Amino acid sequence: MKYAIEATAVQKRFGSLQALGGVDLAVEEGEFFGLLGPNGAGKTTLISIIAGLTRADAGRVKVMGYDVVGDYRLARRNLGVVPQELVFDPFFTVRETLRIQSGYFGLRDNGAWIDEVMESLGLADKADVNTRALSGGMKRRVLVAQALVHKPPVIVLDEPTAGVDVELRQTLWQFIARLNRDGHTIVLTTHYLEEAESLCNRIAMLKGGKVVALDKTANLLKRHAGAFLHLKVKGELPAALAQGAPREAGGGYRFQLASYDDVESVLAPVRAAGLHIEELQVLTPDLEDVFVQVMSGAPAQERT
Amino acid sequence: MSRAATSEVGSGFRTLLYKELLRFWKVSAQTVTAPVLTAVLYLLIFSHALQGRVEVYPGINYTAFLIPGLVMMSVLQNAFANSSSSLIQSKITGNLVFVLLPPISHIEFFGAYVIAAVVRGLAVGLGVLLVTLLFTVPPVVAPLWGLAFAVLGSGLMGAVGLFAGIWAEKFDHIAAFQNFFILPATFLSGVFYSIHSLPPTWQVISRFNPFFYMIDGFRYGFFGVSDVSPWVSLAVVGGSFVALSLAIVELLKRGYKLRH
Ligand SMILES: Nc1ncnc2c1ncn2[C@@H]1O[C@H](COP(=O)(O)OP(=O)(O)OP(=O)(O)O)[C@@H](O)[C@H]1O
Ligand SMILES: [Mg+2]
Repeated sequence: MKYAIEATAVQKRFGSLQALGGVDLAVEEGEFFGLLGPNGAGKTTLISIIAGLTRADAGRVKVMGYDVVGDYRLARRNLGVVPQELVFDPFFTVRETLRIQSGYFGLRDNGAWIDEVMESLGLADKADVNTRALSGGMKRRVLVAQALVHKPPVIVLDEPTAGVDVELRQTLWQFIARLNRDGHTIVLTTHYLEEAESLCNRIAMLKGGKVVALDKTANLLKRHAGAFLHLKVKGELPAALAQGAPREAGGGYRFQLASYDDVESVLAPVRAAGLHIEELQVLTPDLEDVFVQVMSGAPAQERT
Repeated sequence: MSRAATSEVGSGFRTLLYKELLRFWKVSAQTVTAPVLTAVLYLLIFSHALQGRVEVYPGINYTAFLIPGLVMMSVLQNAFANSSSSLIQSKITGNLVFVLLPPISHIEFFGAYVIAAVVRGLAVGLGVLLVTLLFTVPPVVAPLWGLAFAVLGSGLMGAVGLFAGIWAEKFDHIAAFQNFFILPATFLSGVFYSIHSLPPTWQVISRFNPFFYMIDGFRYGFFGVSDVSPWVSLAVVGGSFVALSLAIVELLKRGYKLRH
């Protein structure tokens, strides 16, 4: 099986800081993969190693089967990276920037695709503007466009939506989703968890340079202990029931359920006490709940 | 299959070279016109002060003697400035990633920066030469020697600049390199005098200065006279260039300071 990205026991130290402590990760071709984790977890470090911008101290990484150090030319030809830092070359216009980037990848007559990328990212009317004169969000779009000039089979986006308005977020995700449908593998880091939840089919969570969760998004959501029940009654809940359920701002209670079967164990005492129910809602956990649970140190083992 | 690969190899190099040339050409007032002006000021001041008082080579007036040295000094300093400033700027602004992400080989990377430095050096040198011709026209006895030293010297200084750019972490480091190494070495290389006019100790010290050979060899192209044989100078400059180039390509291969 050829993986789009395959990282094996990757370690990286910066002085006394262990930025990556043995990361194993395999992204399959065609996946939309999320790489999540708090600030300093090591996401950018891992991406830099995949991109060949940083050398791992130990372990190896392959892109489409090509070693990023030994076979760096083929590995890089297959990879497009949108860096986290908002960088640009103040000497050139948007179109010049994209032409030059194409040339670096060996593409001379790339005008049609450059136009299409600019169009899709809302850059068309800025084509002949110097990158120095663009707003932050526009510069971010240029960075995305630069990563795509050579139509790389594997696209890695390091927080592409940081500081970006709603409109671009939507345009960007539409465009990236289209590329994914066309067969491109996408790896994404973001701190907007709802974005990751709706886009990514599989997610790895990194903490302190280690993978602490790695599963299909659907499984991760299921893995979180059950669901939540939001309940508001007229009058007071029986003390035994109210105990251990956090009271919400609106006067309701939030019960954590191990499974849907537990709904009954909450409702039975309410019925027995003859209380009138004003609000009732079963909430499934979202990725943020899972993220918080994983990061707070819950066991990292996968449940099978 | 292999043909496609070859054409791709060329493209990364060509594009990087084109980008490097465009970079200095877009600001040619700073990168070409200003250094030409500086060199002409040197010529005016030194020839005014020393013309008629000093005759370095018999039958050659001092202003004529000065021209090749000033031209070569400009060539060398600007070749160094081009690769070092381009690289440190890209490093500090972070846009070096655009060059580090594509499949550009170490040799292509080296070649593009050094050749752009040679072009800038020669452009400035030619500018200085043309302007100084307004003052006096020196003889040109062996133009091929002159050209060989201009190209090889600017290649060497382009490589030195590339090394400085790789090593430096901020602009101050480049400035220090320039002020403590490049500038003293050029001034003590015989731009303004022949080393035969120096005390014996200084003559010996000058022989360890690579700039001395570059200037002396270049001047041979004009007057057919030099302090040491041009072949010796050619060997020193060429040897230094090859040794430094190999070292830099090895550093690039290891990712020294660029892919840490
Ligand atoms: N060049 C460097 N020198 C020293 N330490 C570094 C360097 N790069 C990263 N680090 C450290 O390595 C750790 C991981 O950093 P990294 O940038 O990979 O985190 P991240 O997961 O991308 O965080 P964020 O969400 O903030 O982008 C951090 O503690 C960071 O300070
Ligand atoms: Mg990061």
